[in-house]
Amino acid sequence: MAEDVKTPAPAPPPEGEKPTAEKTAAAAPAAPVKPAAAAKPEGPVPVPWSSPLVEKYRSQYGSGLDAQTYLGQNYFSVDRSLIPDILRLLRDDEQFDYCVDITAVHYPKREKQFDVIWILYSFSRNERVRVKTQIADGASIPSSVLIWPTANWLEREVYDMFGITFDGHPDLKRILLPDGWKGHPLRKDYGILQQDQEWVQINLGIESGQ
Amino acid sequence: MSSHTNDTTNDVSSRALSNLDLETPAKPYLDSNELIINMGPQHPATHGVLRVILKLDGEKVLGTECVIGYLHRGVEKIAENRTYAMFNPYIDRMDYVAAVSNGLGYCEAVEKLLNVEAPRRAKYIRVILTELNRIASHQLWLGTHALDIGAMTPLFYTFRDREEILKIFEKYCGARLTTHAFRIGGCQYETYAGFEKEVKHFLTYVAPKIDEYEALLTTNRIWLERTKNVGMISAADAIALGVTGPVLRASGVQWDLRKAQPYAAYSEFDFEIPTGENGDTYDRYLVRMAEMRQSLRIIEQAVNRIPEGPIMAKVPKVIKPPVGEIYHSIEAPKGELGYFIVSDGSTQPYRVRVRPPSFVNLQALDRMVRGLLVADVIAVIGTIDIVLGEVDR
Repeated sequence: MAEDVKTPAPAPPPEGEKPTAEKTAAAAPAAPVKPAAAAKPEGPVPVPWSSPLVEKYRSQYGSGLDAQTYLGQNYFSVDRSLIPDILRLLRDDEQFDYCVDITAVHYPKREKQFDVIWILYSFSRNERVRVKTQIADGASIPSSVLIWPTANWLEREVYDMFGITFDGHPDLKRILLPDGWKGHPLRKDYGILQQDQEWVQINLGIESGQ
Repeated sequence: MSSHTNDTTNDVSSRALSNLDLETPAKPYLDSNELIINMGPQHPATHGVLRVILKLDGEKVLGTECVIGYLHRGVEKIAENRTYAMFNPYIDRMDYVAAVSNGLGYCEAVEKLLNVEAPRRAKYIRVILTELNRIASHQLWLGTHALDIGAMTPLFYTFRDREEILKIFEKYCGARLTTHAFRIGGCQYETYAGFEKEVKHFLTYVAPKIDEYEALLTTNRIWLERTKNVGMISAADAIALGVTGPVLRASGVQWDLRKAQPYAAYSEFDFEIPTGENGDTYDRYLVRMAEMRQSLRIIEQAVNRIPEGPIMAKVPKVIKPPVGEIYHSIEAPKGELGYFIVSDGSTQPYRVRVRPPSFVNLQALDRMVRGLLVADVIAVIGTIDIVLGEVDR
């Protein structure tokens, strides 16, 4: 137990960076400026994930697919063009029959601004895998409703929150926010206090919902 | 209700999996015997603010559409503007009848990201409180579900007994509902004096009470009529629709995250995964009743073997997980509750995605009620066991 607890101990140094003894190490003083660079040696890093499944797909798709493991969790980073195929293969040939979740992450500074993530689970293998792909703002992505019916609401939520459109979705419309709402709140450029004032004024008859 | 009705019924039972949920309305108008009505959002039997638009032929349901979002508070957006520890209390406000489970999932997810493990004693405290919360959640479900169907007595019985659990929570952490019982790295509070004794007393108190609930309902003729063969869903459909928790198990899939991918200290306890056969409302009722008894078993083992030791792991004062992302899920009373957390190495999460069981399970409502009567829609909404605070987040 105690050994396990020790593992995270490297985490505190970023705060207590001051000690002069550390000065000798080039990486340590850099930490306050560039946390991303400092975090690498401290935290675990993604390692290549090798398994028969990965080998099979790698020979099939080559550079369009990358497979890694982070903290024991496996994920594929795939090219957007592979998206409907690889998801279908994972369900049909590898028994990833349960689509746990579909979600997205917004990185406004990147050229391809969005990560779209499928979290899959296989009952027979008792195994989880994530599939990630990157798409640009305004680009669409093929819907996986035909692969897993559960994708219906999950994709609607991604559309509602990020404005990502899914081609072939039977009923792509907002799910949590009102139909006429402007903007997509989980984008990073949507402020936490921002809201659709016009919608609030018209529909609720008040100046502001805050 | 002539041939048309029969067609619909056959259609529902024989519908192939591949075109599930993809039926487009065949015609843009209504037949003379069809109508569209609105159930909710302010309806006593929709458990919060859920609006269901029903397309009916007489009293037979042809299709439904759920309109949700009335309780949307943007929890995931709030998370991006709070530190990891500050976001923890918000978690309780999602599934507010199972706040302890919500907190467990979140704390464990952040701990994984930090590569910390909670001490063994903390894990045991977590298991005891989470299982107590599972019983409380099922009791609230049973009381309200039976009330919806027309049995008022179970509500008083279950709320009387749920009170005992809430008293334990209150004594432990000061709150009854939104408990915020756990912290990242373990538990904030040591158990109070007499905690074990009170939990053991609760176990002996509630076991016969569960028999009492069953005596009221299990062989009750009206209950059987209202729940048997109502809202059936096959195992294949349930999996395709991502349904989890007791609803999935009642369809015959023996899958529980506590066994499949054990977290906290669940691998150290003996318990069974109750399953049903028919996937109907009655089986879901039986599964949840059996789950309460299994929870009692887990609590009994945990409270008898609770180890001594620290309750908090060494966690930095300022929580700054390294860059990376993690998905961690637990078996909440309603199904798989997952957290997908992306860290950019700062004190605030870059993204927190909550995979709510109620939201995904609610999607199966349409599948379950087609061809049934309006009164059965109430029974099915109850049996899915949704909490709108979690559906809408």
